[in-house]
Amino acid sequence: MEKSFANLTITNHGIDRRGFLKGVGATGALLLTANWSWSQEQQKKYGGEGMPGGTKNDPKLFIAISQDGTVYITCARSEMGQGIRTSLALVVADEMEADWEKCRVVQAEGDEERYGNQNTDGSRSMRHWYEPMRQCGAVARAMLEQAASRGWGVDHEDVRATKHSVVFPRGRRRAGFGELAEAVARLPVPMGSAIRLKRSNEFRYIGKEQTLSADGEDIVSGKATYGADLRSVGMVYAVVSRPPVFGSKATSYDADAAMNVKGVIKVMEIEGTVVPSEFKPLGGIAVVAENTWAAMKGREALKVEWSDSPNDQYESQHYRRQMEEVAKKRGKEIRAHGDLEDAFAKAKKKHAATYYLPHVAHAPMEPPAATALLKDDFLEVWAPTQAPQAARTHAAERAGLPLEKTRVNVTLLGGGFGRKSKADFINEAVEVAKAFPGKAARVQWTREDDLRHDYLHTVSIEHLEASLSSRGKVTGWLHRSVAPTIMSIFAPDQRNQAAFESNMGHGNVPFAIPNLRIENPGIDAHTRIGWFRSVSNIPHGFAAQSFVSELAAEAGKDHLRFYLDLLGEDREIDPRSMNDGWNHGENPETYPVDTGRLRKVIETAAKEAGWGKRMRKRRGLGLAAHYSFVSYVATVLDVEVKKGGELVIHKATMAIDCGPQINPDRIRSQMEGSCIMGIGLATTGEISFDKGAPKQSNFHDYQVPRIPQAPKEIAVHLVDPGKEVELGGVGEPGVPPVAPALCNAIHAATGKRIRSLPIGEQLT
Amino acid sequence: MRTIRLNGEEHRLDAPDDMPLLWAIRDILGFTGTKFGCGMGLCGACTMHMDGQPIRSCVTPISATEGREITTIEAISKDSVGEKVQQAWVKVGVPQCGYCQCGQVMSATALLSRKSSPKDSEIDEAMSGNICRCGTYSRIRKAIHTASADLKGGT
Repeated sequence: MEKSFANLTITNHGIDRRGFLKGVGATGALLLTANWSWSQEQQKKYGGEGMPGGTKNDPKLFIAISQDGTVYITCARSEMGQGIRTSLALVVADEMEADWEKCRVVQAEGDEERYGNQNTDGSRSMRHWYEPMRQCGAVARAMLEQAASRGWGVDHEDVRATKHSVVFPRGRRRAGFGELAEAVARLPVPMGSAIRLKRSNEFRYIGKEQTLSADGEDIVSGKATYGADLRSVGMVYAVVSRPPVFGSKATSYDADAAMNVKGVIKVMEIEGTVVPSEFKPLGGIAVVAENTWAAMKGREALKVEWSDSPNDQYESQHYRRQMEEVAKKRGKEIRAHGDLEDAFAKAKKKHAATYYLPHVAHAPMEPPAATALLKDDFLEVWAPTQAPQAARTHAAERAGLPLEKTRVNVTLLGGGFGRKSKADFINEAVEVAKAFPGKAARVQWTREDDLRHDYLHTVSIEHLEASLSSRGKVTGWLHRSVAPTIMSIFAPDQRNQAAFESNMGHGNVPFAIPNLRIENPGIDAHTRIGWFRSVSNIPHGFAAQSFVSELAAEAGKDHLRFYLDLLGEDREIDPRSMNDGWNHGENPETYPVDTGRLRKVIETAAKEAGWGKRMRKRRGLGLAAHYSFVSYVATVLDVEVKKGGELVIHKATMAIDCGPQINPDRIRSQMEGSCIMGIGLATTGEISFDKGAPKQSNFHDYQVPRIPQAPKEIAVHLVDPGKEVELGGVGEPGVPPVAPALCNAIHAATGKRIRSLPIGEQLT
Repeated sequence: MRTIRLNGEEHRLDAPDDMPLLWAIRDILGFTGTKFGCGMGLCGACTMHMDGQPIRSCVTPISATEGREITTIEAISKDSVGEKVQQAWVKVGVPQCGYCQCGQVMSATALLSRKSSPKDSEIDEAMSGNICRCGTYSRIRKAIHTASADLKGGT
């Protein structure tokens, strides 16, 4: 193996060799003074403790100090651009008084029994790991102080850790962390002793406006390792020809022409999985070669016959009409109160609108790629995965090996957005590796593979009706959402949205409306549906936020005032009172839906964007605000629609209240990125089907924003909740308000309502 | 066997004429800093320099590089402009996932090498071939201005 392999396995062996914090006790043995309740005491587990594997706060798992003073901090969550390797590490560094410049981040392998939950999705890495990482750092700091004070024969209380050293001010003594490394390794667990967490005014990194990055220099110099960057002598490269239609499989294939391509070594079948296929591969024919190009050429020459599929007739226009029909009838009731029929009957005015949002593909810049090596009954995998433990379980099963003989090394992810939670591509690499024992095997997806075999964002029809009183108040609200569910990849006959989909802005709208009914008529899925950054919040939020704007116009009121009025009095809503027993997995007592916080982000974004100012002709401001992933985000876009239909976004103003702000720079960057992604899915994002297969294949027909389409300015405002609240999500909640804000701005600029995404050519 | 000049050194390799430069450099020569994104010259992740000009190496056959000097991200820090671009990228905190950023750095270096103080519209034009799915565009503009100022300041 070449060096790059060794770099990635440093986690295991490296820590043990350095082994400096050996002996620090198991989770639960530490007595901490922080105001932090052990959730084991609660009947139902929430947050990080409610996740498989829970959380860990054992410093020996996460911190190693070398004698040269370098502090190695292990990150067990996957890095896909959200900055989590930096953000979690800076929490540890801050609490232990380490100097960031002397810290290195080590990536944990997939092992949830050891590291706790590693599933990097749901905007919850910081939310669930902030406190455990602080505790890790604080215990390490206490142990360093103890090691120093013992060495000097002075009281622990008289020494303190500061900037990578422990000092004894009275004796003018100082010992660097490196000097203390060996002594601290011999210390027993501080069982029963109180570990003090820092007060917020003592933070050096947490909450500070500064740009830190664990990986920045490696990234810009080409040294960072992604899924396809592992190399070893004699390794083989494969691409896979997969069924064009979901549910189809290879009935026969002719490998001769492929084998004639120079460099092709083998053509082999990869067994598929019967539908529902969850995260398992679709099956197909792999072409294995000496390099990626030869494999790609071999695949072009390969002839494969595919079986019929029950999804052969999947066609997007037809499916849209089908959804529209379904949306005309009552469906499964998600939530209801009051008497909607009565409200509609007595309404001064009624308004209805139907919105369409197509499938979109994640299209991370790094197409799926994984490398596997099966040698001496041990399987090692290198993969850009959001779900390292699931990848490991899958890999072990495929290889017929026990978990302990399977290691999954997590590389950097070249974007994830939910796509890389699925292990299908990792399974494929394992299958190829099984055919080449002793050799590393890479499976590389092309962009065409990525767009044609994604776990797509759902497609939906959102139908809304509302009644207005003579004073322009909303008296009744009906929202029917029709969309194939993610559950369809896990079980047959799944036609309704799961609680984790419905309570993404459909059932849990926090509006003060006396009569309300939320419905979900069912529909079958005909392709693989998956989590796409912010998931069902996208269609639900787009529809609700567009409709609020429409209702404001119907009522002859200013959108901002109308929306604030719709929210009603500031109040904390128990999610259970909205029939939401899911609540993003968080405790409903500590995570209510707080309309005051939503109001504040709306007011902030509106004020900063100059809401109400006079706008030039063909220019308008559009507002939307959405609660998701237990955070609150409002967006105002300043948009110009030029004659001929060209769309220019002059400025985006985004305000987020995500509770305590741990790494403000990365919160800002996530809002900036969410803005671009939201603009993309609003303007051009669409995967459409014909004869069961996606029509789009690469970036020429699946267009994503490029730099000219980016707003001239994105102003991000981090809003202080103004009270003690828990941490909210950051990676996803910025996306949902962008598309409706854009379409509301287009309406303000032109009077035209966009009810069908993408906007495409509708402005020309 | 053929020879290519890569980052100031001659490398000998066995690759067919039509093999894109990207795969020759990644799979055969083992320099993995340059990334594969689309295979059609649409996304810019694979941007390298050929005689100082940005090219999409996923659609450039290796046969077209004969007698040319190829520069990849691995050597761009040796270029005074490239070094400043890399520094600005880190200072401004441009990268999110980072996968496209080697290509962005190569395109930005080529831009600043021919135009030391580009306007936003010129940046947009020069960088429009480089997709960033994380959406780091506003910071890319900022970092190019930062590198431009640093180059003039001689810092």
